[in-house]
This record gives sequence, C-alpha cells and structure tokens, in this order.
Amino acid sequence: MSDFLLEARGVSKLFGNKTALDNFSIRIGRGKLVGLLGPNGSGKSTFIKLCNGLLQPSSGEILIDGKSIGIETKKIVSYLPERTYLDNGMSPKDYIQYFSDFYEDFDPKKANEMLGNLKIDPEQKLKTMSKGTKEKVQLILVMSRNAKLYLLDEPIGGVDPAARDYILNTIIRNYNPEATVVISTHLITDIEPVLDEAIFIKDGQLVLYMPVDDIREREGKSVDALFREVFRC
Amino acid sequence: MAWDFESDRPIYTQLLEKIQQMIISGKYQPGDRLPSVRDLSTEAEVNPNTMQRALQELERQGLVYSQRTSGRMITDDIVLIKAMKQKVAIEYMKKFLGTMKELGFSKAEIIELLSDMNSE
Repeated sequence: MSDFLLEARGVSKLFGNKTALDNFSIRIGRGKLVGLLGPNGSGKSTFIKLCNGLLQPSSGEILIDGKSIGIETKKIVSYLPERTYLDNGMSPKDYIQYFSDFYEDFDPKKANEMLGNLKIDPEQKLKTMSKGTKEKVQLILVMSRNAKLYLLDEPIGGVDPAARDYILNTIIRNYNPEATVVISTHLITDIEPVLDEAIFIKDGQLVLYMPVDDIREREGKSVDALFREVFRC
Repeated sequence: MAWDFESDRPIYTQLLEKIQQMIISGKYQPGDRLPSVRDLSTEAEVNPNTMQRALQELERQGLVYSQRTSGRMITDDIVLIKAMKQKVAIEYMKKFLGTMKELGFSKAEIIELLSDMNSE
C-alpha cells in the first residue's frame, strides 16, 4: 500500500495554447479532508477531472492508491461533478438501483437513510425537484459509496445555508480514516473548520499545501484571510 | 449549530478551550460520558481529526480518560477540575487586568470599581 492516496507528479494540462495545469505536483495522505482552493479558472476542476480520468494529462502522471488512472482507480474514486448529470425522468429510487448495479461499493441502505433524513421522496421524479434538492440527491449518491477517494467539485457552490450545513455534516459524519475527501471551492469561510489541509492553486500552479491549523498558527490569520491576500485582484 | 471560532488562532486550541470550559462549568459533570468524536465534530462542524487531537490533549491533562468499550469519560477527580477552573479564571483575570491597566486604572481603583458593581 502506497503511503499516499493521491499523488500527482509534474502534471500539466494544455487546452490549445492555454495552460490549465502547470507542472502540478502534490502528495495527499489517507483519512484527510482537503480543500482545493482557488479562484475561478485556477485549474481546480481540471485537476479533479484528471484524477478521475475524464481528461488526460499533457505530461506528468497521477497515481491513486499507487495505481495509474484507469478502471482500477475508478472503482475507488467517487466523484461529484460541478454540474449534475442526473436525468430528470428518473427518481432517486431509480438511481439507487442504478448505482447499486454499477458500483460494488455502493451502500443503498445509507442512501435511503440520507434521503429519509432530508425528507426526500425516493419515488419523486427529479424534474419536479428544486435545483438544491437535486444537488442533495447527487451528493447522497456520491457519499453513499464506500470509496477511498471522494472528489467533490464545488459541492457548496449553489445551495442555501441549510443545505450547506447538511452537506458539511454529511462529510463529517461519513469520515473514514482510510478515505480522503477533496473538496474544491472558492467559499472558504464555511468549510475551513472542516478541513485538515488546504491546497492553494493559482493559474494552474501549486501555491501552498499545508494543514489548516499550521496556517493559522504561522500566519495568525484564517485560511480565508490568507486566501484573500494571495489572490488579491 | 456550529461552534464559533476566532479567525486568528488554530481551531485545535479553540476546541480544547471550549471543551475545557464545558467541563469546568459543569455542563459535563464528573464521570459523564463524552459524546463520540463523530458526534462532537458533527455538532461543532469541525474536522474529526482536529477534534480527536483536542480530546487527546484533554486526556493528557487528565480531564478526560478513555474506557476501552464505552468511549471517553470526564474525570471523577473533582480536585483536578477545580484546579483547572482556577487556572482558567486566573488567565481571564490577567487579561482583564491588562486591559484595565491600559485604560489607566490602578489595582486599588479596580478593586473599588468591582466592589461597587457587586453592591449594585
């Protein structure tokens, strides 16, 4: 077993002549809640898509649990995309069945329990749900897998404060010392106390990777305040 | 309801202080069982590893102890809790006296003010 769950070695990604990710290297351990923090267009989503094989790096490589990205890593990576891919004609119940068929590590009991907690009717079609409710359904599906790596791309971006609390609670409650959760966001204040570590990314480059409390100790300020300094426009 | 944290200090330190306070104020009574790390971190909306670290430090201080099967308990050692209470009170008093000194009050004036307030 590799010491690190997620390792990027000199990863670059070019789109035409635009560099989205620039010689990006990082090693993330197990049992961590990690914030991937950067302004819009800094390369957060590109990195996450490279980690789950939706994009191929132009150079460098990414290893998850010591393996190159492929079928084996997809089995252990649970991904929440920035935009939902759920089909409006389906219900949560349909999706629970679908995920159970598709992923060996999916726990339908957990999913039903979370739906119950949020008073979401499993039979209701997604098209009759609000945007926020749909996002909750998507998150429930993603968090109901017993994955080793969760990649959550902007999970708290578009939801109201109550839903935000629920999402953060879900992440805390599902904490597993073997699994790591990477959360990309530019809304840091809400999420800061939940994180072990923060990654700052700017123009596709790694600016900083450090435990949250080390930042607070060393800088005498919050990660949010430091972020505002580093990324001042 | 998430706990509030000051932005200029580590969260770990603030968690430690908050739980200490709950013990010395009697919100958690001697011999009580502490909620699990999962429940405490969910309530506070904080990272479970940070909560774990704070609880381990409380264990080191002797305010809580681990029981293999039933999680963490608050110490029965009332003398230790009292001593911690005293220590925290003195820290608050030092801060208070520092501020009053900056405002230009002498010790005698402070004592006078305090006893006036008491009799109100």
